[in-house]
Amino acid sequence: MKKIEAVIRHHKLDELKTALVKAGFHGMTVTEVRGFGRQKGHKETYRGAEYNVDFVPKIKIEITCADAAATQIIDIIVTVARSGQVGDGKIFVSDLSQVIRIRTGETGDAAL
Amino acid sequence: MFRILESRAAVLGACWIILGLVLTSTLWAQEPPALATPAEPAAPAAALNETPPATPAVPHLAGTYDTGSIAWLLVSAALVFFMMPGLALFYGGMVRAKNLLNMFMCVMVCVPLVCVQWIAYGYNLAFAVPSAISVDAGKNDGTKFSYLGWDPGLLFFKSFSEVTPVDGANSYGKIVTSGDTTGAAPTGVPELLFAMFQMMFAIITPALIVGAIAERVKFGAWCLFVVLWATFIYDPVAHWVWNVNGWLFQKGVLDFAGGTVVHLLAGVSALALILILPKRRGYPSSQFLPHSIGWSLMGAGMLMVGWFGFNAGSAIANGKDYLPTAGAVAVMAFAATAIAGSAAGGSWILAEWLVAGKPTSLGLGSGIVAGLVVITPCAGHVSPGSALIIGLIGGVACFFAVQAKQIIKYDDSLDVVGVHGAGGALGALLVGWFAVRPVTGGGSQLSLQVQGVVATGVFAFVGTLILGLLIHKTIGFTVDESTEEEGLDVKIHGEAAYRLV
Repeated sequence: MKKIEAVIRHHKLDELKTALVKAGFHGMTVTEVRGFGRQKGHKETYRGAEYNVDFVPKIKIEITCADAAATQIIDIIVTVARSGQVGDGKIFVSDLSQVIRIRTGETGDAAL
Repeated sequence: MFRILESRAAVLGACWIILGLVLTSTLWAQEPPALATPAEPAAPAAALNETPPATPAVPHLAGTYDTGSIAWLLVSAALVFFMMPGLALFYGGMVRAKNLLNMFMCVMVCVPLVCVQWIAYGYNLAFAVPSAISVDAGKNDGTKFSYLGWDPGLLFFKSFSEVTPVDGANSYGKIVTSGDTTGAAPTGVPELLFAMFQMMFAIITPALIVGAIAERVKFGAWCLFVVLWATFIYDPVAHWVWNVNGWLFQKGVLDFAGGTVVHLLAGVSALALILILPKRRGYPSSQFLPHSIGWSLMGAGMLMVGWFGFNAGSAIANGKDYLPTAGAVAVMAFAATAIAGSAAGGSWILAEWLVAGKPTSLGLGSGIVAGLVVITPCAGHVSPGSALIIGLIGGVACFFAVQAKQIIKYDDSLDVVGVHGAGGALGALLVGWFAVRPVTGGGSQLSLQVQGVVATGVFAFVGTLILGLLIHKTIGFTVDESTEEEGLDVKIHGEAAYRLV
């Protein structure tokens, strides 16, 4: 089982969710995060004083899937979230040791 | 619960409150001899068949009630009170989220503190006509310059509740007279209403100061400071500038609604405090950004609405040429307020656009407030055209005054010195030039204004330095490091303004 975490731009979320649901992947967890990489922050001004704000708001999506489905999900994310500009984000893939559905107690692939 | 007793400030405050309650009870326990028997009940019955005298024989009801002015002043007092939550929001949005409630508290706690102080003895010191400290004015006609008032009957507003023996009327209806060097006239407004209107000013003035020392002040120490400052700084200066016998009023210094008494005093006192108290930890290297400009803009809007009462209601405090309270001068003041506030909002963002590159919403709100500050001492004295010029100048001037903070590097958290201090001083000087009533502006009036600004400014600065050091060196004025880092809301008040769930 794999866990796919993707940090993407805010406005790409709706499009990505629709694409994933259409491809048959019906669950995900979304958090609002801030971060920076090569994309620099921006300047804000309050009463004439300038402030450098380094952290950029992003969305992080977490999806769990069977090993075979990982490539398809990654392709969908890359297609939807890529704009070609600095700041498109990153995808992190890790191995999951266990998944449990709380309601039924199912484990493993049945819980995905 | 008993942790509250560990704070020495809280203990001192509690002692003060208990002392005040004891004093009140002893005063109320005394029976004024006049209440014992009504005088001559037969006389009014006999008078029914005669023509009533043309002027009332009872001195305290001299003149009749001006119901229009009473109505307007009632609304004005409520409008000035409305500026308190407006100020709380204006300041609250500019601090970090972890300190929002503390900012609200420091502003709004002035309501109970100053209200009690005002009724107990504050109004007495400021507006009592008999003088406690006065010197001969040197005019060879016996006029005196008064520095402080005192009337024992005004303690805890006792005299407002007495029933006069002669006609059984309540003295809370007693009409206040408004006077100046040319004479006095009854205003048609009950003195209790005047006292309530002035109370709103007394409440908001110390609340302005806390913006400069935001996010690091100990709550108990702040409460103690408010009471002491109101007593030793605000009440004397209000006496000097607005009391009929006050020395600056008698000299002819103009201050329509509080450029010196409110804004300059607050700004200069804020400066004194930020010079002796430590900066916020991490300032200026760490960036402290406003957490909710929306709140601040809402607050600025509320302040502007309230300011119409602040300025246009002040026709009552300015002498007999300004009556009726709801009259031509109030209209002048209203117009000046609207024009200057609006113009300054525009000139601030224009300056900002040119200098910093972007016009900001916080700049618009601040510019409007700055314009209102600058027009406050001028409001009933200047023409609408002059108000426009004053507003345009004020917006730009205060914008640059606020930039000074970055050069001098003092930690005036919410720009109280730049907006209220500089704006109040500027307005108090500009009125010397632009005044059209009761005197025409020019060199001589300008020099009088300079005297007024210097006198009140120096007094407030030195006085606040003393009060601030007194408190800081005894019980400590600022919080410790862990409180400041975790946030004052959670550590001082045990509350959080925002929750995730």
